[in-house]
Amino acid sequence: MILNTLKLQQFKNYKQVELEFGKGINCIIGKNGMGKTNLLDAVHFLSMTRSAFGGTDLQNIKHGQAFFALNAVFEGLEVASKVNVYYEKGAKKIIKVDGQEPEKLSDHIGTIPSVLTAPDDSEIIKEGSEIRRKLFDGVISQFNKDYLGDLIKYQRILKQRNSFLKQNEGRMKINRSLLETYDSQLIPLNSSIAVVREAFIQDFQSSFQRNYEMIFPGEEHPLVAYNTNCLDSDFQRIYQDSFEKDLILQRTNVGVHKDDYKFILNDRPIKRFGSQGQQKSFILALKLAEYDYLMEKKGFAPLLLLDDIFDKLDDERIAHLVTLLSDRQRFPQIFITDARVERAKTFFEEFDDVSYYEVSEGQVL
Amino acid sequence: MEYPSKLVEKAVEEIAKLPGIGRKTALRLVLHLLKQPEEASTSLSSSLTELRKNIKYCRTCHIIADTEDCTCKTMSRDVSTICVVEDTPDVLAIRNTGQYTGLFHVLGGRISPIDGIGPDNVKIDSLVERVKSSNEEVKEIILALSSTMEGDTTAFYITKMLKETGVKVTTIARGIPVGGELEYADELTLGRSIATRTAFETD
Repeated sequence: MILNTLKLQQFKNYKQVELEFGKGINCIIGKNGMGKTNLLDAVHFLSMTRSAFGGTDLQNIKHGQAFFALNAVFEGLEVASKVNVYYEKGAKKIIKVDGQEPEKLSDHIGTIPSVLTAPDDSEIIKEGSEIRRKLFDGVISQFNKDYLGDLIKYQRILKQRNSFLKQNEGRMKINRSLLETYDSQLIPLNSSIAVVREAFIQDFQSSFQRNYEMIFPGEEHPLVAYNTNCLDSDFQRIYQDSFEKDLILQRTNVGVHKDDYKFILNDRPIKRFGSQGQQKSFILALKLAEYDYLMEKKGFAPLLLLDDIFDKLDDERIAHLVTLLSDRQRFPQIFITDARVERAKTFFEEFDDVSYYEVSEGQVL
Repeated sequence: MEYPSKLVEKAVEEIAKLPGIGRKTALRLVLHLLKQPEEASTSLSSSLTELRKNIKYCRTCHIIADTEDCTCKTMSRDVSTICVVEDTPDVLAIRNTGQYTGLFHVLGGRISPIDGIGPDNVKIDSLVERVKSSNEEVKEIILALSSTMEGDTTAFYITKMLKETGVKVTTIARGIPVGGELEYADELTLGRSIATRTAFETD
């Protein structure tokens, strides 16, 4: 899939801009704070119906304006060629695909698949387990609606159970029958969710390791280890044994909502023992594996959005990365931002399909 | 909005507290009442006062009634089945089907700790008591609850509580609406109706 044209109106710091993109590498250059990332975010918005950097839809409207609009034309899609987003202060966000509104916003996700990596992604390694569960849940549930259904159901029952534990304020004479009613619903959901997660990571692992090896060749052993006790043969006992702890802490302490994905490099947690460059390579490999997964599931290439990826990497790593990105079979179109023009131009000097877009204060020169 | 009189304002405020009524509609109703003869308003207010003061809930089935012993016992209904519903409108809906001649039991809500409703806030204990004290006259409990997570939890819980009585517990069928096109059914409903398919009766 190729993004041919993109028009931004009053999106973030852009007043009005219309751009044409080509196959190959589209390199967006400019100083800090000029709007390079905002351009990638506009593409992300068209794909995921929201900004990649949090905040409300309102915050995406250019300061002092009443609405924003994004119009894009894609090539090589079976189902869509024109995607429009329109959001006006106080109104409902509208997405139109070839003039038609999808029934739900969530139905649109997957129509224009994309993978974005930004400097913020270091949080995936540094923060608590929730961000990692969210990352993988997002990837899995795009193609597995049963999984998504189970996940929603699980979270709802868990919320009820926790709320019931809170109301009980730690008293031993809690209504056990109601707790058991929740438990008998949660226990099978725990195992069905964990089974899907485990199978996904098994699938994902080799693709991830291949990508890491390409960026960081050598004797490194990166590993994503899915960490759960929900598949243990005595899970039910572990769950039930936690009853008193649940009662005292007034929340549920065992279940898939406590799962983690451990990021390991050479048998040690990368969070503590990995260098900045290793961590960055790890995240890039995760994102590229996500890209491969989407491509395999969709049957065509997603959009690849790379925000400031060369930062913190040494020249050797960058050279490997650049070689990797030169595979046009795999990456028909790439969007990349860089604050240092000369540097970017050196990296891509052997490429004949690079277009440069210089961004300055919400204008593209 | 500014009102010409404090009395109007007070009446509007009260009426606007009702579900589905905003201040504009409330004002329209107030002005309408003022145009009608005085008796219209007094009879409305007295009937509301009467309603609130004298309404009873049947102590057996918890249906809204005029006395604490509603017609549930006296009418020629099948006393061997009890249909468990969340609220009074559900009773009326099921009665209107003409397909059910048994008794009812109104829970008055469904278990949802998030909304502050625990098992003690719905009439489950009284249902169990009712079955126990019937000396096996009650043969079947039909659960007619919403097809939501909270409805399911309530159903599971009731079943658990009734287990010791040995009474048969059934639930209403879930699936394709009568006269509904298959292709418009959502996947969840369709999936469930495939899973719980029934034998096709040829007679």
